[in-house]
Amino acid sequence: MSVALLLRRLIGTLPILLPISLLLFCIVHLAPGGPLEVYADNPSVTPEALEQIRIAYGLDRPLPVQYLLWLKSMMAGDWGYSIRTGRPVMVEIAERLPATLLLGGSAMALSLLLALPIGVLTAALRRSTIDHLLTFLSFSGLSIPVFWLALMLQLLFSITLGWLPAAGFETIGDSGPLDRLAHLAMPAVVLSFATVASWSRYLRSSIVEVLKQDYIRTAFAKGHNFAGVLIHHALRNALIPVVTIISLELASVISGAVITETVFAWPGIGRLFVESMEGRDYPVLMGLMMLGSVSLVLANLLADIVYAVIDPRIRYE
Amino acid sequence: MNETGPAGPQSPGRLLLRRLLAHRPAVASLIFLAVLALLVILVPMVSPYDYDLQDLDLIGQPAHPDATHWFGTDELGQDLLTRVFYGGRISLAVGLSAALVATLAGTAIGALAGFYGGWVDAVLMRLTDVVLSIPLLPLVLLLSGMFQPSLPLLVLVIGVLTWMGTARVVRSQFLTLRELEFVDAARALGAGSGRLILRHILPNAMAPITVSATLAVGSSIMLESALSFLGFGVQPPTPTWGNLLNAASPWIGAAPWLALPPGLLIFATVLAVNFLGDGLRDALEPKE
Repeated sequence: MSVALLLRRLIGTLPILLPISLLLFCIVHLAPGGPLEVYADNPSVTPEALEQIRIAYGLDRPLPVQYLLWLKSMMAGDWGYSIRTGRPVMVEIAERLPATLLLGGSAMALSLLLALPIGVLTAALRRSTIDHLLTFLSFSGLSIPVFWLALMLQLLFSITLGWLPAAGFETIGDSGPLDRLAHLAMPAVVLSFATVASWSRYLRSSIVEVLKQDYIRTAFAKGHNFAGVLIHHALRNALIPVVTIISLELASVISGAVITETVFAWPGIGRLFVESMEGRDYPVLMGLMMLGSVSLVLANLLADIVYAVIDPRIRYE
Repeated sequence: MNETGPAGPQSPGRLLLRRLLAHRPAVASLIFLAVLALLVILVPMVSPYDYDLQDLDLIGQPAHPDATHWFGTDELGQDLLTRVFYGGRISLAVGLSAALVATLAGTAIGALAGFYGGWVDAVLMRLTDVVLSIPLLPLVLLLSGMFQPSLPLLVLVIGVLTWMGTARVVRSQFLTLRELEFVDAARALGAGSGRLILRHILPNAMAPITVSATLAVGSSIMLESALSFLGFGVQPPTPTWGNLLNAASPWIGAAPWLALPPGLLIFATVLAVNFLGDGLRDALEPKE
């Protein structure tokens, strides 16, 4: 894929952020009480002071003007200030992002490590007892509510067995690599549960499709054994759609895991979102929603590109 | 496929039923869902307690399950068994109606886009892309938290943000079907666009719509539970499975029995719905 083509895809994709930002802007400004509702509820803020804040935030201007001003400052990297802390939204988010990336990255790695062998195994042992069992488990993995799974793991491993800390990022004053790992274990497992289930299902059906192809029969006819054909001939092609699915999932690593981070008090941007919801901190909420949307759009683009790169049959002209 | 039924013509409905009944997980799921539906409908008649009745002797601490309160009581002295099945009413009702909204909206949008093509298609599919490019759970949380919606409004919020999958499926069905000869034939006989869409093309697209509607019920139940669990969905004292788990989570160490029934029921219900969807897919769209 050439650089020019890459650039063209990028230019073709990015304009979608405009209607997204307009939609999000409208939602926040349609809120009952508007973005300054927190101040209105505060008895120590006089109506005059409120009026001053309104003017300072530019909320006295007409809505279209406000949107354009907001868009301009968003693009310039000025995402406004948090209502709760008064600090720049960018700083608030940047502080929380590493924890989210660590959790999301670990969960992705764990998912890959489990989904690959499960997918290959179930495809190889199609219609066996093991396949049925693992298929049932995948359905369960896709149907179990993450918040309940998290509670049950806390009950088992923290309260009953006492093996793992129930929540948090590290033990204050006593944190080392092992302590970090112990805190990371449960949230990462919870977060990877559904992805393991869906990725292994995709891989299984993808391998099953590929095994029907003529060139597989040829490989068998040439005398290769089953495992060899599966790994060397079938898996390479079967992975193409799966890699696309995985690239799409990258967005969730950046946009955070709202539920998992909340249950495990993980100091990432998913938890920041819930805290900002409770404090009606609209500038932070807008920043997080935009960040999530940008990562979704980029993940879509990445999936397209990866698809073209790994499959030479695909041509975007 | 090996059909061993009586010879002779069979109605599509009976054929479908036979295929569905051959899918064992789907049959088990149907039975489970039927029993669950019966229980949540009967709960006000059967239970000796109201869902918000507080036993003043049991206030302050959750109480263990015993002969009078089979699932125990929460820290407000409310009978958990009654609340779990009342909660099931709300959770199931929200799930079903939100899936209905999503399916109707998705079908309408997909049908218009696929049938008319051109700029109608371009506008509607761009809209679909826009909604799909905003992270779903945060968006639902944002709307639900800001507007603190009543139950019908909550249904609308969930439905309005989850129609995109159905729309894409219906659109691709319409794109294929509108080129077929029976559509030309109907048009030649004078059928207008509305009639072509509703009477001629739509019935042929019902199979994938049914499957995605079924799966939408499961994801709507899950979404409502997540919202209520995080405290931004249905508010107590009205119970739902999600807010029962929210109330149980501070007590997970002292009273773990509070968290078991609502979580198990969300799990089992969504699992059953997904198996049913899988069975319906196999029955409606046989591969061979």
